[in-house]
Amino acid sequence: MLIKKPTDIRPSEITSEQNYLNRRDFIRAGAIVGGSVLAPAAISAVVPKGHGARLGDIRRSKFSTDEASNSFEDISTYNNYYEFGTGKADPHENAQDFEPRPWTISVEGHAEKTGTFDFEDFVRPFDLEERIYRMRCVEAWSMVIPWVGISLAEVVKHFNPTSKAKYVAFETLNDPSRMPGLRRRSLDWPYREGLTIAEATNPLPILAVGLYDQVLPNQNGAPIRLVVPWKYGFKGIKGIVRMRFTEQRPDTSWNMAQAREYGFYANVNPEVDHPRWSQARERRIGSGLFASKQPTLMFNGYGDQVAHLYKGLDLRRNY
Amino acid sequence: MICLVPALLVVTDAFELTGRLGANPVEEIQDRFGIWALRFIMITLAVTPLRRLTGWNWLARFRRMFGLFTFFYVLMHFLTWLILDQGILLSAILEDIVERPFITIGFAALLLLTALAATSTNGMRRRLGRRWQTLHNATYLIGLLGVWHYWWQVKKDITEPLNYALILAVLLGARIWWRWRRRK
Repeated sequence: MLIKKPTDIRPSEITSEQNYLNRRDFIRAGAIVGGSVLAPAAISAVVPKGHGARLGDIRRSKFSTDEASNSFEDISTYNNYYEFGTGKADPHENAQDFEPRPWTISVEGHAEKTGTFDFEDFVRPFDLEERIYRMRCVEAWSMVIPWVGISLAEVVKHFNPTSKAKYVAFETLNDPSRMPGLRRRSLDWPYREGLTIAEATNPLPILAVGLYDQVLPNQNGAPIRLVVPWKYGFKGIKGIVRMRFTEQRPDTSWNMAQAREYGFYANVNPEVDHPRWSQARERRIGSGLFASKQPTLMFNGYGDQVAHLYKGLDLRRNY
Repeated sequence: MICLVPALLVVTDAFELTGRLGANPVEEIQDRFGIWALRFIMITLAVTPLRRLTGWNWLARFRRMFGLFTFFYVLMHFLTWLILDQGILLSAILEDIVERPFITIGFAALLLLTALAATSTNGMRRRLGRRWQTLHNATYLIGLLGVWHYWWQVKKDITEPLNYALILAVLLGARIWWRWRRRK
């Protein structure tokens, strides 16, 4: 597997191997001194604070693609995050001073375990995994992104949803003082997304907390965002502060904005065009000025893992 | 010459001499040519009202040149789409022109502009006589089509196309107002 190194990490930002090992020793020592019997695997999901901080103990996943990843620069300077502006360079420009920590996530609805959790406590029970996924934007461009995150299926299981829980709904932080894009009503805030329970417990979706083995950049949805690789990118809600188990299908932002153009499912599907443009082909970012577009794959190429979720469902109608 | 600067910047940015085209250079190039096409049609349409208001008759000499630059930028915008974006894949191009209304509109504007550019010489003007003016009134329609094309292709945030729509409304509104006053 070829994993390209990000090109724009300043040497000063890289933790030396020695410091890195010292830090792990320090944490372990602290755990022992504290009388805890934590095994190394149980301190897996530790996400340090600060721009570009390195993540440790990352497991490589069998779900990763072996396609070449996009550069750190492409991934972190070209994306949609309307909370920081509607242009694709806006998130990178306007999220630099955003402070994603401290952060809390509220878990609500039909589950046995609910409450408000510090981000650190929310992620701690799970393993950090690298998942290199294709990302297909509804605007017909795509990237390959080496996310680091925790399995959403594990998270859902952890909170023990009851039989009434048919959907999982997510919400983004809605704080106009920290997110300048929220001062304009480009969407009906807060940003909302959702999955069916079956989708959320599929092994593919993750809650990403990192990119290229570092803490997730602010503009990509720090500290925690959803990644659902077989759906269009707008399903990947960023800066999550709320997770709710619901019986009814939750409202989702782009569907609320233009239901005819953006459905609840939003599965990547080359045969169902956006009303205003074709979804048959996509431009792979980073492929160069003269590269041609490539064909878009059904379910973004993840059909083996997810096609069974939609058996009997008319995908033309349920776009 | 100044009118060519935006086009030159695309070339120098492509080589990262003056700036950069970003992660999606094809989209960036297409957007820049498109925006400058809109700006130039607004500039062209501003010549007559500005002349009336200021009495600067020398402005009239530049009107044809501005119009031709509009055509140049629309053509570059179109060629970027045709070659870099669609990769000259004929089936996809035809499908887009026929099935995507915003592309149909843009293509119609390009055809009209081509007709105007082709008849922009002094010789053609003399040959067409009175019909020349009728034909070249299509400039107003092209302005409308251009803004409409822009408006229809944005995903959600219509601030920018709205700005152009307002400018166009002022430029065309001024003409309607003057005509109405003259009739009274």
